[in-house]
Amino acid sequence: MNLRGRAWKFGDDVDTDAIIPARYLNTSDPAALASHCMEDADPGFAGAVRAGDVIIGGRNFGCGSSREHAPVSIKAAGVSCVIAQSFARIFYRNAFNMGLPILESPEASESIQTGDDIEVDLGKGLIVNHSRGQTYSAQPIPPFMQELLRVGGLMPYVRKQMAEGEGENNA
Amino acid sequence: MPMTVSEKILAAHADRKELRPDELIEARVDFALGNDITAPLAIEAFRRAGAKRVFDPERIALVPDHFTPNKDIASAIQAKLLREFSREHGIVHYFEVGRMGIEHALLPEQGLVLPGDIVIGADSHTCTYGALGAFATGVGSTDLAAVMMTGKIWFKVPPSLKFIYRGKLRPWVGGKDLILHTIGRVGVDGARYRAMEFTGEVIDGLPMADRFTMSNMAIEAGAKVGIIAPDATTEEYVQARAKRPYRVYRSDPDASYEAVYDWDVSDLEPVVAAPHLPSNVHGVRELSHVTIDQVVIGSCTNGRLEDLRIAATILKGKKVSPNVRCVVIPATQRIYRSALEEGLIEVFLDAEAAVSTPTCGPCLGGHMGILAPGERAVATTNRNFVGRMGHTESEVYLSSPAVAAASAVAGHIAHPDAV
Repeated sequence: MNLRGRAWKFGDDVDTDAIIPARYLNTSDPAALASHCMEDADPGFAGAVRAGDVIIGGRNFGCGSSREHAPVSIKAAGVSCVIAQSFARIFYRNAFNMGLPILESPEASESIQTGDDIEVDLGKGLIVNHSRGQTYSAQPIPPFMQELLRVGGLMPYVRKQMAEGEGENNA
Repeated sequence: MPMTVSEKILAAHADRKELRPDELIEARVDFALGNDITAPLAIEAFRRAGAKRVFDPERIALVPDHFTPNKDIASAIQAKLLREFSREHGIVHYFEVGRMGIEHALLPEQGLVLPGDIVIGADSHTCTYGALGAFATGVGSTDLAAVMMTGKIWFKVPPSLKFIYRGKLRPWVGGKDLILHTIGRVGVDGARYRAMEFTGEVIDGLPMADRFTMSNMAIEAGAKVGIIAPDATTEEYVQARAKRPYRVYRSDPDASYEAVYDWDVSDLEPVVAAPHLPSNVHGVRELSHVTIDQVVIGSCTNGRLEDLRIAATILKGKKVSPNVRCVVIPATQRIYRSALEEGLIEVFLDAEAAVSTPTCGPCLGGHMGILAPGERAVATTNRNFVGRMGHTESEVYLSSPAVAAASAVAGHIAHPDAV
């Protein structure tokens, strides 16, 4: 599973209020949430982000609330992957459940700068920085988790498994 | 194999004799909860998965507390979704406005979450129930949906960190100061993925309200849980309320910890977390030059009766500074009534504070006290991130109820002794 886009770099401890402020949580519509994505960290982000772009965080990305609206807004904004030195626990779980690919890579988090052309191979855990001619490594995402991401998250993944199970029973 | 209290609870719910940190397990859930922000997504996922019924209608709480009483039409639609889902599935513990409270104050008060439980909540401050000796942690809405369907969840067993607090606390120093001090020492990711365990003679002497405050903010250090093994104080609190049997677990003396922090806190002064991280902790006297526009006393962190009593002790016979709006929010209907009966509400009204029905409201910049650009608040809440209580150019200083009340009178951040 390969992803490619421009990098948007943020700092340490990017919290869920910065990713999607609570004042917008009176809806769970992905497009509405996407239009305010990262608003309190970079008000220009939602208007300028393009499909495939990659968010680069520092330590503890996604700290704070358990709101699933945070990975939903990032994904719906078109971001293909978040790479950080480390992720807060609940955000880590929510990102996979929502089908948003995330990778932990301290060297990528440090070296990549805003605007860099980034390509990610989730299965190999490889991050290529075409702008700087650098390659960074991350823990590869195992095949079942790639499949979970491919189908769009935990619920579609579970539904698909259940459907396949029923198909086998019928055969 | 010696185990920590967290490991024992997880093992018991996974039918295991023993387990080790970093193992993946599937565990039974005793109680699950969601609120008006997170449950709508969970309900949507539940329906899309084609689920027909919840695993147990008596073991799920749905609490409309964040944007209620409905602050706008969109919020009203979200709250309606909870109400209708609760009726459809016979959810016993749906708490309507007028009968509700802030979830993490309400559920312990109602005896719905108990020692030895595994509690899953689609709210990060679910870790509050660690104060009862429960393994309680926040998850996202999709995880809540799965728990509502199956009554089970997978976990990675967290390594435990032991915090020992020794000495004797000074006047006006309590649970909020202890947890802010702790977050200040270890940082906002100092306990990331870990179980924090609070122990020592200082914890033994803390009333339940202060313990809830400490466990509540474990997430602000990145922790999965913030647990306190039950003792006589816990038993006394729980016995009067428990709606079902429970079991008490305690750590073995030779249980293994990833790290042990051993602190004498006898010299600790009241502290304040300055913008924009809960780890930016300073002694209150260092910040006495900071003038303020608003004070909020309430939230799942510090909206309990004991918190209101402390605030009333300071506000009694005084007036809130003319430059300050002071908003007091009892965390539950029962707390509100007790505060009324004890005369605390009268003290707040005499001091010219605003008193509200229970809501999370201002804590997350929802409603009931939003800040304008350039405004500063002292709040007994749990987060001071950029824009947390309003405009991105506003500021939140986190403190105990004592410091918040003193600051409301002084018009600037103040030590309780100073007013």
